[in-house]
Amino acid sequence: MTRYLVRRAALLVGTLLLASVVLFLLLRLLPGDPANALLSVGATPDQVAAARHQIGTDRPLPAQFGHWLSQLATLHFGDSFVSSLPVGPEIVSRLSVTVPLTLAAFVLAVVVAVPVGFLAAHRAHTWYGALAGLVSQLGIAVPAFWLGLLLVWVFALNLRVLPAGGFPPDGWSSFPDAFRALVLPVVTVAVVMAASLIRYVRSATLDVLGSDHLRTARALGSSFPGAMWRHGVRNAAVPVVSVLGIELATTFLGAVVIESVFALPGLGSMLVRGIAQHDYPVIQGVLFVSTLAVLVVGFLADIAQRLIDPRLRGGIAR
Amino acid sequence: MRRRVFLVTGIVLVALVLAVALVSLFWTPFPAADTTGGRLEGPGAHHLLGTDKLGRDLLTRLMIGARIAVAVGLGAVALGAVLGGLAGLLAGFANRWLDDTLAALLDILIAFPTLLLAMLVVAARGASLASAIVAIGLAMSAIVARLTRVLVKRVLAMDYVTAARTSGVSWPRIVTAHVLPNIWPTLAVNLALQFGLAVLAEASLSYLGLGPPPPNASWGRLLQEAQSTVLTAPTGAIAPGVLLVVLVVGVNLLADGLRDVADPTRRGHR
Repeated sequence: MTRYLVRRAALLVGTLLLASVVLFLLLRLLPGDPANALLSVGATPDQVAAARHQIGTDRPLPAQFGHWLSQLATLHFGDSFVSSLPVGPEIVSRLSVTVPLTLAAFVLAVVVAVPVGFLAAHRAHTWYGALAGLVSQLGIAVPAFWLGLLLVWVFALNLRVLPAGGFPPDGWSSFPDAFRALVLPVVTVAVVMAASLIRYVRSATLDVLGSDHLRTARALGSSFPGAMWRHGVRNAAVPVVSVLGIELATTFLGAVVIESVFALPGLGSMLVRGIAQHDYPVIQGVLFVSTLAVLVVGFLADIAQRLIDPRLRGGIAR
Repeated sequence: MRRRVFLVTGIVLVALVLAVALVSLFWTPFPAADTTGGRLEGPGAHHLLGTDKLGRDLLTRLMIGARIAVAVGLGAVALGAVLGGLAGLLAGFANRWLDDTLAALLDILIAFPTLLLAMLVVAARGASLASAIVAIGLAMSAIVARLTRVLVKRVLAMDYVTAARTSGVSWPRIVTAHVLPNIWPTLAVNLALQFGLAVLAEASLSYLGLGPPPPNASWGRLLQEAQSTVLTAPTGAIAPGVLLVVLVVGVNLLADGLRDVADPTRRGHR
């Protein structure tokens, strides 16, 4: 296990480095000069050159890349081309919206999807199984932003029980307002996430329910809950955990759209602004943090799988 | 039997949207840029589904939106299938070193979600129908490539391929006679699912204002425009979403049904 941990951690660092190269190059392929963001229309060539020098885009690419990497190593993300404010602190303050949103939606989705998916498999041939299948089909096809819009219409505009969008300017210091602001976004994200989770839980449970060892355990006199607990849960959990990792990452990044539905000052809206303004440090910083989050979640999911399933611990570490 | 019902439902739903998209090429109730209607009219005899805040006919805009959704879905799937299929074949046939490199690269590309990649491409090329297709198709090709690679490797490990090689069959012939016939059913089902995801991705892009520009706006943009007037004119905020769900559910049911047709072992249980 220790050897695996070391190898897997090395892979994590390697992928992160490679991803940062890809990120950096991808951005430089974008046409459009970020210096323009600093200038008014009709700037003289001298002013353009000065602006480029100020933000450092006049230097050769390898030098720019080296500069960025050295900043990353000290956890600095540089200053915004547009506002000249450091990117790092803004990312941190915006994470205080995006992270609670993602985690709360994730927990809610798991709490709903696991029992629903299990029952859908256990009672596959009843109306309940059919209904659960139908609901999750629908849930997968519903665009998250539309669901958000409908929830706003019903709960914020008609019933007036929750805010339609926005976040208190002083953040979590005014906890009740911040909490209320996140209720609808969390529910929106959780519903979409739960819909696809239900399918995975259901099919993992179906596999386990059809397995020989479970039938044998039952034949030897175990009660159904007992047999499920000893022989079923672990086996069903392995594929579900790997999907959970992917879902968590997708949700974190899917927050881009949901944050703009609810006008939340999260990482997503920061990215949209960065792209519109060709603000490289902002885009790089946000995407780097997102990639880091995705990779760390994948890392944790892989380790969780090995803790659950001893068969994965020996063998080929991949 | 229940599966058959799903397949037929899927075909009907998809055919419905396809028909609307086709009709919109020849006829819409009003011209796309026509703003002669009253603002935010409710559904009525003149404007069947009412108008938006600029007085444009909602039914007309929905029909054009269907055309765009289908165009983006088909275009992105075609691009993703060709690019991803070729890359996957290459990786499947490549030697260990090249294969490992390609596989690692694909894993990284897939770690960037479709929407983020698409946003970068749109930022580079400007918002247009073509940008949306290219952006979503490129992101999709990584997913298709990874699947193709696995499928190709599985076929190549079969004894009948070894036998064919031993009896002197050329590689191109092995691709056409053994690899492609064995991998296309799985690939086709996956591409159908990808079509649905492409339509959803385009809707999200358009919602963020990064899709095809008006007056030929997609459903995502209609929803974004209707958001501020949802209290006075709810139809505009509901109809485009319903159509999106109809198309995506239809395609997903179709894919599920096709999977059962393509793979007899899946029939009966699921």
